[in-house]
Amino acid sequence: MPNLKELKNRIASVKNTRKITKAMQMVAAAKLRRAQEAAEQSRPYTERFNAVMAGLAASVGGSDSGPKLLTGTGSDQTQLIVLMTSERGLCGGFNTNIVKVARARINELKAAGKTVKVLTVGKKGRDQLKRDFGDLYIGHVDMTEVKRIGYSDAQGIAREILSRFDAGEFDVATIFYAKFVNVVSQVPTAQQIIPFAVPEGTDVEEGAIYDYEPSEEEILADLLPRGVATAVFSALLENGASEQGARMSAMDNATRNAGEMIDKLTIEYNRSRQAVITNELIEIISGAEAL
Amino acid sequence: MADTMQFDLVSPERSLASLQAASVQIPGADGDMTAMPDHAPTITTLRPGILTVNGPDGESSYAVTGGFAEISAERTSVLAEKAIPTADVSAADMDALVATATDAVANATADDKDATTKALADMEALRVALGV
Repeated sequence: MPNLKELKNRIASVKNTRKITKAMQMVAAAKLRRAQEAAEQSRPYTERFNAVMAGLAASVGGSDSGPKLLTGTGSDQTQLIVLMTSERGLCGGFNTNIVKVARARINELKAAGKTVKVLTVGKKGRDQLKRDFGDLYIGHVDMTEVKRIGYSDAQGIAREILSRFDAGEFDVATIFYAKFVNVVSQVPTAQQIIPFAVPEGTDVEEGAIYDYEPSEEEILADLLPRGVATAVFSALLENGASEQGARMSAMDNATRNAGEMIDKLTIEYNRSRQAVITNELIEIISGAEAL
Repeated sequence: MADTMQFDLVSPERSLASLQAASVQIPGADGDMTAMPDHAPTITTLRPGILTVNGPDGESSYAVTGGFAEISAERTSVLAEKAIPTADVSAADMDALVATATDAVANATADDKDATTKALADMEALRVALGV
């Protein structure tokens, strides 16, 4: 049985840990609320944008002469995986879950004989995939300095992806991120962004026939790159909310575990203290009897 | 004929305005246009410029950069990449926007030289119009 001093130190240190995890949980809760608000505020834009894009894509997409961002390059040989994860750890299985889905997809693509390239956003995912697929990395976007995700961040990433696409480095791009459902549930999601695919759940408006100014093709050429930025932006926001949600529940668990540990250690501490007292008493009594 | 229509101005980061408007003046890529209720359904891209809304509380105006507008008989939605109420635009904002546009021209390939040059000219015109 460990001695009393050791136990006391142990209890003190677990108590400190509990304070830290509790604080992190509350910080995550506050950040989560902000992240959720940001995600909600961007929703009207994304929804209208996708609705218009879906309409345009349907009317232009049939022809072969459509822009490459819409119809694709005619091949799916080279695949770009854009892996979005967090910059910080201590958020439960958040990063691992996204990486798991991405890893499965990469293996699947490799087995099918495709060329895979990986672009990472957020360093946690980069670290996790480095050992297996480090040679596939073509770039990394650092978000450490970004306090509040803005549209310009998404534009930066989109520009990077688009310039690589224009240079013919890949045919199909898919982003991996975690969709925020609620605090305890974040679903790792894969979404194809190039060529443009209408995201699920978009309601396409039927009926209205629009005049286009300038022409349909020109509008499409203008909107498609924006579409990439919009998809990246909403993925970043979803990811941000998911990260904080995952961290909040992870820290809640950690706080509870620390509490249980403190209870267990305290019982042990009290028992050994009692044992010491009993021991001393026995010694005194047997000493007195011996006289 | 309805007197007003639903008008929404949204940017990716937030929704800036949602109100009943009598008319909206939009800086379209091919020139300014004013949308009023019962306008024919139209989709147009935007150039950097000033968007003016005639709403129930009088006129309000916003500086918008690229994006597009979707006009139909009952509603007009403007999806701007960046939209700021004209009163809140600072010189620093414009500096940043003009700098970005200038960079785009510098890095443009032969194909989009014209487009980026036009975007820069529009951006500078917007700055003059705002007087910042």
